[in-house]
Amino acid sequence: MIAEVQTLLGPVWPVIWTLIKIMAIVVPLMLAVAYLTLAERKVIGFMQVRLGPNRVGYGWLQPVADGIKLLMKEIIIPSAANRALFLLGPVLAIAPAFAAWAVVPFDLTLVLADIDAGLLYILAMTSVGVYGVIIAGWASNSKYAFLGALRSAAQIVSYEIAMGFALVGVLMSANSLNLGKIVLAQSGGFWQWYWLPLFPLFVVYFISAVAETNRAPFDVAEGESEIVAGFHVEYSGMAFAVFFLAEYANMILVAMLAVLMFLGGWLSPVPFLPDSILWLLLKVAALLFFFLWFRATFPRYRYDQIMRLGWKVFIPVTLVWILFVGAMMQTPWAYLFH
Amino acid sequence: MIFQDYVFYALAAILLFAGLRVITSRNPVHAALFLVLAFFTAAGIWLLLEAEFLAIALVLVYVGAVMVLFLFVIMMLDINLDRLREGFWNALPVALPVGILMAIEMVMVLSSKHFSADMINAPVPKPAGYSNTAEIGSQLYTDYLLPFELASVVLLVAIVAAIALTLRERKDSKFIDPAEQVKVKRADRVRIVSMPAEKEIIAVTEPEAEKK
Repeated sequence: MIAEVQTLLGPVWPVIWTLIKIMAIVVPLMLAVAYLTLAERKVIGFMQVRLGPNRVGYGWLQPVADGIKLLMKEIIIPSAANRALFLLGPVLAIAPAFAAWAVVPFDLTLVLADIDAGLLYILAMTSVGVYGVIIAGWASNSKYAFLGALRSAAQIVSYEIAMGFALVGVLMSANSLNLGKIVLAQSGGFWQWYWLPLFPLFVVYFISAVAETNRAPFDVAEGESEIVAGFHVEYSGMAFAVFFLAEYANMILVAMLAVLMFLGGWLSPVPFLPDSILWLLLKVAALLFFFLWFRATFPRYRYDQIMRLGWKVFIPVTLVWILFVGAMMQTPWAYLFH
Repeated sequence: MIFQDYVFYALAAILLFAGLRVITSRNPVHAALFLVLAFFTAAGIWLLLEAEFLAIALVLVYVGAVMVLFLFVIMMLDINLDRLREGFWNALPVALPVGILMAIEMVMVLSSKHFSADMINAPVPKPAGYSNTAEIGSQLYTDYLLPFELASVVLLVAIVAAIALTLRERKDSKFIDPAEQVKVKRADRVRIVSMPAEKEIIAVTEPEAEKK
């Protein structure tokens, strides 16, 4: 069947086949984003001893209802806004969040682009995501939006450094920038995964990931009690929804990266169970639960405390641990760090 | 033409357009964003040359860090466009000869035989298992160790100098020292005063009332 279509389409086939593969990643991702919003409302609801959404299809159709509502709403463009950039902002926010998925391996062979410098590519894509926030904040021509954009940009740039250093430790241990090889380097069960030898880096990475995605307790970029909603205060309807989708897609992405780099990806934690993509999804879901748990539990950080934590605590911690890993690799205990 | 050629010409056209718009757009923020586009397409062209490590590093460093700070500064400055354009044409007598001279120099350099296409060998396609990243790493840390280390020292000096030049602690800022905050004990802030819960009201004496 596929062979017949292939001969029919000829030279166009590789492009179409790639598009099909992209859709096979993006469609489940969008569904996951939609149901993550529902999960967030349910989990936080239960943590606050209420029920959460339970009306539209017993709660299960709530994301669909939200989507339809936002699609129907008018997109208001402020008269003093920079029109072109105002509309470009949401696009630039969501595009890198999806583009990064190109190199994420779901299984030994299940990966869209198995490139050599995959880790570097992911770092580059996540660092481009800040443009959506900056452009949205500036083009809105509103002081709250601008303040939110500045806060967010400073925060993302600061935490990217700690995140990058945390990943340096991983690539030192795995001896590769390819995400698939990094996962395979952790084979051998729960105690062989990198969370153990690189524990400080794992903690720094995960907390930085929360800060990178502007999630509570680091959500000063939105800070609804201070600057009403930060960079997307002027957006309405679907334009706002795109920012919302980008935030949740980024959450899933950073959780996925943490799983691939520190928690053994699709590898099974125990030897008597087979490796499978189900392990990967289970681990990602567990980390995402932490994101929701944090939001329900912690009060918002003060802005100067966020900066201090990023620059004066996390960056020195990661630097020291990189040095330590490098030194240990020259000793007889090097096998612990490989 | 093969597929790569089409990709190259598309990227080159975008790159030239973006470069042109960097110097012609009136709004500095637009100019900075076109520069971002130029970096991005340049990275695409490098990818075509199979230099994937450098291409991704270009995006990571220039787009992800340098241009973000650029935009940050440009957005903070409230640039008055009319003031900028004032007296723009007065610079023409100087700018025109300089521009023409630069254009002539570039034409001379690029049309010389050292830059002609037959002087530069076409890149040899690498085998499938070839790791560009590992190759750059081993080159940097063996053959080019000294220049690499020198460059990093120069960068380090620049970082320290930039901080040393701009770091001024304001006397009136309400600076918080977290170490001091952590060390605070209850006794430093709270004084327990022991006093009876009830107290007799002392009647106001006559002479004092009269004073009012």
